Amino acid sequence: MFRNQYDTDVTTWSPTGRLFQVEYAMEAVKQGSAAIGLRSRSHVVLACVNKAQSELSSHQKKIFKVDDHIGVAIAGLTADGRVLSRYMRSEAINHSFTYESPLPVGRLVVHLADKAQVCTQRSWKRPYGVGLLVGGLDESGAHLYYNCPSGNYFEYQAFAIGSRSQAAKTYLERRFESFADSSREDLIKDAILAVRETLQGETLKSSLCTVSVLGVGEPFHFLDQETIQNVIDTFEKVADEEEGEGEAEPAAPAEEGGDGTGDQDVAPMET
Amino acid sequence: MTFTIPIDNGDSVKTAEADSQRTLYPYVTGTSIVAIKYKDGVLMASDMGGSYGSTLRYKNIERMKAIGKHSLLGASGEISDFQEILRYLDELVLNDNMWDDGNSLGPKEVHNYLTRVMYNRRNKFNPLWNTLVLGGVKNGESYLGMVSMIGVSFEDNHVATGFGNHLARPILRDEWRADLSFEDGVKLLEKCMRVLLYRDRSAINKLQIAKITEEGVTVSQPYSLKTFWEFKAFNNPTAGAEGSW
Repeated sequence: MFRNQYDTDVTTWSPTGRLFQVEYAMEAVKQGSAAIGLRSRSHVVLACVNKAQSELSSHQKKIFKVDDHIGVAIAGLTADGRVLSRYMRSEAINHSFTYESPLPVGRLVVHLADKAQVCTQRSWKRPYGVGLLVGGLDESGAHLYYNCPSGNYFEYQAFAIGSRSQAAKTYLERRFESFADSSREDLIKDAILAVRETLQGETLKSSLCTVSVLGVGEPFHFLDQETIQNVIDTFEKVADEEEGEGEAEPAAPAEEGGDGTGDQDVAPMET
Repeated sequence: MTFTIPIDNGDSVKTAEADSQRTLYPYVTGTSIVAIKYKDGVLMASDMGGSYGSTLRYKNIERMKAIGKHSLLGASGEISDFQEILRYLDELVLNDNMWDDGNSLGPKEVHNYLTRVMYNRRNKFNPLWNTLVLGGVKNGESYLGMVSMIGVSFEDNHVATGFGNHLARPILRDEWRADLSFEDGVKLLEKCMRVLLYRDRSAINKLQIAKITEEGVTVSQPYSLKTFWEFKAFNNPTAGAEGSW
């Protein structure tokens, strides 16, 4: 994309029918660190890469609880993402207060999308520079949505956004057909594996990712580092035992996380 | 006798003119509603009277209405306020249907919405002069709740408004069971309505019974109860106290 004379205002169309400011806002999403979401019929897992500004600083918070039954992962301008999360929390709690019932996630994303659209049609505003993966429940089960700066929203079985998300998407494309009936544990494992894809070579450690789960009968919560590390250990160990390439797909999971004995056999180094 | 209440900004007292902008007394009122949960859902009974003070002026008022797919609302108190509430709920249900997304408002949601409305109006010193009964069934779960004009709200297995509080509740406390069949439930409600007919001067002998189950809401055609006036004690009521009436 190059600079042109139609890209200064969000309220200026290009001759080919594009709003460049909106497209530039979508570019901002691609620059943020990766966020991944997947869902089964009853659960949604949101995961993201913990990228810190520098070695001295801590990483930014990119996954937010909106309500017991809704969570959101963001990529792009995290400041914009925080503001939108606050809006979502407000909508959810107002609905809860009036109706004593959880706000269906499908309705929340429409409100969010309409809010984003407003910013694409006012000369004194700019589009939000953040993409949101919204996971939540409503009467028909678990859902995952992606909200764009353009004001569009789409429903997904699994999706990834942010930098190097294409690698995660490729992994998810291979596996998504089985997600609807996945168990909760398998879903978490697939999420962490998708995060690994975006790291491209860097060793996967639990400190590098944040994982959150919500589902029918399970309120939104973050997984602690120990649980994540245990899941990582199950497939890292399998990868060690199989003398294959780095992108080993774990075999049908027999045990989960029960390998935390700390007794890792040292495999011979690959040359 | 007039009295003024400080409203809104709290430092000035409103005149009679402003008073006409808010509800001070009810004019056309409906009497009790009685409702119970039963095996398959909820049963509700009300008569069809609208009193204008002590005059039994209107005799064909439906005081129970279906709300959406899952709920039934019954009201006692000011009839015009009930009609206003029906308009609010109409809008609510319309917007809910327009989403067309497989989610729908259940009786719990409607009850809580009404509680908010009633309480907020009470806080502005402009109440909707009703006691509302909200019953419904959704996803196999029965729900029965009440909201008063001051925003007091609760759920129970059996509820009654107005005179029903005093006359029907004791009967329900003694005789209600969780597994009542439809016939037994109707018998129980008719027992309560008969007592109300005898003893509540604003009750009329023309009632409807409404049933809500998972399948939906049905309101019966109006009918009347058999009454008996030949109790010996009432044949010569002043026998024991000559000169009284």
